[in-house]
Amino acid sequence: MSDTDMQKIAGRSSLWNDRPSPYCPGCGHGVVHRVICELIEEYKLADNCVFMAPVGCSILAYTFLDLDVCQSAHGRTPAVATGIKRSRPDTFVLAYQGDGDLASIGTAEIVHAANRGENITTVFVNNAIYGMTGGQMAPTTLPGQKATTCPGGRDAASGMGHPIRICELLQSLDGVTYLARSSVHTPANVIKTKQAIKKAFDVQLNRKGFSLVEVLSSCPVNWGMQPVESLDFVANNMAPQYPLGEYKVDGVCVAPKA
Amino acid sequence: MGERVLMKGNEAIAEAAIRAGVQSYFGYPITPQNELIAYMALHMPRKGRTFIQAESEVAAINMVYGAAAAGMRSMTSSSSPGISLKQEGISYLVGAQLPAVIVNIMRGGPGLGNIAPSQADYFQSCKGGGHGDYHLVVYAPSTVQEAADLTAKSFDVADRYRNPVLILGDAIIGQMMEPVTLSEIQPDPPPKPWAVGGARNGRKPNLINSLSLEEGVIEEWNWLFKAKYEAIKQNEPMLEMLRCEDADLILIAYGTTSRICKEVLRQARAKGLKIGLIRPITLWPFPYQAIARAARKTREFLVVEMSLGQMVEDVQLAVLGDAAVHFHGRPGGGIPREQDIMEIIAHVLANKRAGAITTRGTVIDWKAS
Repeated sequence: MSDTDMQKIAGRSSLWNDRPSPYCPGCGHGVVHRVICELIEEYKLADNCVFMAPVGCSILAYTFLDLDVCQSAHGRTPAVATGIKRSRPDTFVLAYQGDGDLASIGTAEIVHAANRGENITTVFVNNAIYGMTGGQMAPTTLPGQKATTCPGGRDAASGMGHPIRICELLQSLDGVTYLARSSVHTPANVIKTKQAIKKAFDVQLNRKGFSLVEVLSSCPVNWGMQPVESLDFVANNMAPQYPLGEYKVDGVCVAPKA
Repeated sequence: MGERVLMKGNEAIAEAAIRAGVQSYFGYPITPQNELIAYMALHMPRKGRTFIQAESEVAAINMVYGAAAAGMRSMTSSSSPGISLKQEGISYLVGAQLPAVIVNIMRGGPGLGNIAPSQADYFQSCKGGGHGDYHLVVYAPSTVQEAADLTAKSFDVADRYRNPVLILGDAIIGQMMEPVTLSEIQPDPPPKPWAVGGARNGRKPNLINSLSLEEGVIEEWNWLFKAKYEAIKQNEPMLEMLRCEDADLILIAYGTTSRICKEVLRQARAKGLKIGLIRPITLWPFPYQAIARAARKTREFLVVEMSLGQMVEDVQLAVLGDAAVHFHGRPGGGIPREQDIMEIIAHVLANKRAGAITTRGTVIDWKAS
């Protein structure tokens, strides 16, 4: 095949500029960002899109994404996204939140944005730990999992609470149109994640209400693991606690099938 | 001229905001501002504008942040405990340089307090409230008409400086009915090329943000904010002065208490007492210079507030020892009475150092006189 016949079929998203990624080796955020960028490009949304950067590791997304970005206070992203989407219904609003942001300090905002059926798409990255602040216990930290604020491991019997399952929690709300949990610990799961987020995009683009995809992700640095070991932890420890699959499709509850 | 109607303060504020082009309103129920959110619930959707009853005051102020980020004129309202909850969001609005209008119809505190009128949120409104170095422009209307007029003005001022503006009323301002002339306004918000959302048509991406981890950036932003505050201090102070030229004693009060003091002024002048009144309309920027000028001629000032004494500190700063600053206040929902103020005036002017009067909430400052 000559050079002139060659076609570029894969590569870095044009929405991701040349600034270095702020993420640690083995972190899943970069993969989730890539999937989102690819979908924004495929749907040609970049010209009229707001990426909502939360408080957490992904707050620095504005440094490398070639998109309008709005940063909000910790946990308040669903409320801020509501304000933007109601103001500009034709703008694609992508809310990106982590587990501390969405499932701890921002539980009221996510529950009520979902309950109102806000026409926004939320990508919820669950890595069972506070990353940016240095490895504290998250609402999704697994039983027995160690963190700086549960040095002996999370113990519900000692009053540290149980891991919160967000998809199961939001499933009962009538405002929710699409709900799925996926993972990025293997290439096959990355593809499934992209498919799920694509469906969530479709819900917003068709003005069908609220959509959320929870993505299980690794944080090897704060988990104290090697990157490959952390991928195994997602598969063997997180996925049993947080079953993968779709929880709601077209507003109808479904049993997750991984 | 517009139509003259009888309206509650809360409703007049809402209608003035609608006429000033507010595109998004987000609120949460709390007494004594409930007529405002109800008015918005009825009228905003009819005009195709955004109304949301949020899940909390925290959510409401963050919806304001989102709508302002998208370039809309946006507003929220609440009363004291709810305004405390909004402080985080207000700090973020300032940090991200987003214009917005916030209404506080104050009630007695601290804590849940009561639903009676109060002016106890002066410090919170004028001296920070949330975290970080910042100021809000704070307007203190004393009539329903002024509440409407200042609300309309607030949207222009917020847009001009890209800074939130606070309307500071109390349960009386919010609840009482008065005739008000509502004028037709042609809203003229400036272009907002910094806003997020909408077709970019080739423009570079915009960022609404109050974070930077790079060394020196946030300090630099604070210096920019400082320049903005200096411009506001130069351009925006508003006050009313009555009969101060020959006054032996000047009353200083804002909002509802200034109305009581106006009646006291009338009664005192009728008795031949030379009394004046200074009514700050902007609490921030505070009209220090006008008060300082008055203190060169008048040696006795009496500050009247519905609090334990908050604005009195700014009056002391303004006069810098040139005059005695006395204080009479009623906290926790109490309302100063004309006869009490008259009694204090008589006492101060007679300079009865022995046997100081015992009206509760009164501080007579003899040191500086």
